[in-house]
Amino acid sequence: MDLVTKPKLSRRIWDYALLTILAVIVLAPFLIGLWTSFLPTMQIAQGNFLSTKVSFQNYIDAFTQTPILRYLGNSLVISTATMVAQLIFCSMSAYAFVFLKFRGRKFLFGLFLATMMLPFEAEIIPNFQTVKAMGLLNSYSVMVIPFLTSAFGVFMLRQSFMQMPAELKEAADIEGLGHFQFYWKMVLPYNRIPLMTLGAYSFLGAWNQYLWPMLTTFSNDFRPVQNGLRQLQSEETFNDWGMIQATAAIVVIPTLIVLFIGQHYFKSGVNEGAVK
Amino acid sequence: MLKSPAQSTPTSPLSVDKTKSKLAEQETKFTLNAKDKYFAWAFLGPSLLILGVFIFYPMIKTLYLSLFLTNTVGKTTVFVGLSNYMNLLTSADYLSSLGVTLFYVFAVTIITIALGLILANLASKRLPGIGLFRTLFSATMGVSVSVAAIFWLFIFNPSTGFLSLVSTWMHLPQIPWLTDPTAAMWAVIITTVWMNLGFTFLILLGAMSAVPTTLYEAANIEGASSRFQFFHITIPSISPTLFFVSLITLIESFKSFGLIDLMTKGGPTNATNMLVYRIYKDAFYSGNYAQASAESIILTIIIALFTLLQFKVLEKRVNY
Repeated sequence: MDLVTKPKLSRRIWDYALLTILAVIVLAPFLIGLWTSFLPTMQIAQGNFLSTKVSFQNYIDAFTQTPILRYLGNSLVISTATMVAQLIFCSMSAYAFVFLKFRGRKFLFGLFLATMMLPFEAEIIPNFQTVKAMGLLNSYSVMVIPFLTSAFGVFMLRQSFMQMPAELKEAADIEGLGHFQFYWKMVLPYNRIPLMTLGAYSFLGAWNQYLWPMLTTFSNDFRPVQNGLRQLQSEETFNDWGMIQATAAIVVIPTLIVLFIGQHYFKSGVNEGAVK
Repeated sequence: MLKSPAQSTPTSPLSVDKTKSKLAEQETKFTLNAKDKYFAWAFLGPSLLILGVFIFYPMIKTLYLSLFLTNTVGKTTVFVGLSNYMNLLTSADYLSSLGVTLFYVFAVTIITIALGLILANLASKRLPGIGLFRTLFSATMGVSVSVAAIFWLFIFNPSTGFLSLVSTWMHLPQIPWLTDPTAAMWAVIITTVWMNLGFTFLILLGAMSAVPTTLYEAANIEGASSRFQFFHITIPSISPTLFFVSLITLIESFKSFGLIDLMTKGGPTNATNMLVYRIYKDAFYSGNYAQASAESIILTIIIALFTLLQFKVLEKRVNY
């Protein structure tokens, strides 16, 4: 049996070689970008890609000459606010759909589901007019308010709330817990994992917004990092490649760290919560 | 005062057997309750308000605008019925945008899925240290659109870019990546695929690791080749996930905007002028809100159809 299930040594070497080659190809854009972020722009412009004049100068320039930290800070504020709001409002809605009995529940849930079919990208014209009329242009709130809730989040949490044992609700009823207490003391703690998954999704979703902030922000005070990087590219007119690569590295490294730590939650979200 | 859950030993929630009975099956036990109604509105209110103002109202408003002519500030002037749609669907320019988008969407989806399958199949092998490769293969999930654009714009840069250098070293002909219409399209496709790869890989890997190992053991005893096993065991076993992830990729690609704005601005000669970029241009550059609204409705119909298909798959997976 061992002979059948255990691959031969040559087979293993071949597997590792293939894995390594593919990993290098997948990571190549990171590696090329990271490497050039240490090269003086002069060397890059002359095509001296293998120059040995490596230094942290591009990073020093990026931190001192560009508002990259401000952009990152803006994105952090917007993404955190969006995440917290979605955790609260999505879980409240999901609670209502699972634990409350009221007229029109099915209809309302269908309405929530229907919003998943309507792309935000196709609604930018009236939405722009709305936020303009509300006087929200060029502020943090303009990038948070439209995304305070998400039908996807409600749908995902509803699926997990429905999987809770019925005895929990019975126990809560016996103890005379009201809806708010049951929601706060039992439902939320019991669903920590799906809540963390939704948190990761909503944070990254807000972090990766591009079109909406581009339409609604005009100054570096509020511009999130995606649009900030675009702003830098247009200002630097693509010439200072070394520094541009350094700003990209500054932005991507924290995200990669967060991703590797939170990877488990993404996986469980996709494979359990969202797809159930 | 309320007792804490832990004190009520007989029905302690922590000791409840999860597999016993699920709330979903007990739904009938609830009875209509006046108090519930108020709670329901309080709990649903905030979400309903946001969805109403930023999803439902704008959709109706867009539909409304698409039936009129508008002035430069987006106010309606003359009712024209469906003529904005007729104009679009007979305009060579719009049809070319539609064609370009379809080409992009299908190329991105097919290539992403194919590469995702190759990576996931390799990474699902039980080898020492495979965890490292799994982490590396999923790394592009952490890349946002502007970072991906910077990395790849340098790679594709015509004078000092990485590919241009490699072509020089190897004495190969230079490809004018971002200035030739066909090459620019492929540059955007390659960048999108790269960005998608980490996510697709993770989902497919998850599905593959759920395939019962006994199937492969039996195939090994029968002496089936690994290629045979891949096509006759792996692919059929993960087909619901495969279909699901293809649809997500497809839907997301229809909505592509950031990379196009950052890499090509719809050019050269409209070669990458895809649907969302067009809406943005027509509305916020040309001030043609009516036409942009009709384009938005066409996009919504396309996305809604694929999303409905996705819901069907979800339903199947629930019973799966």
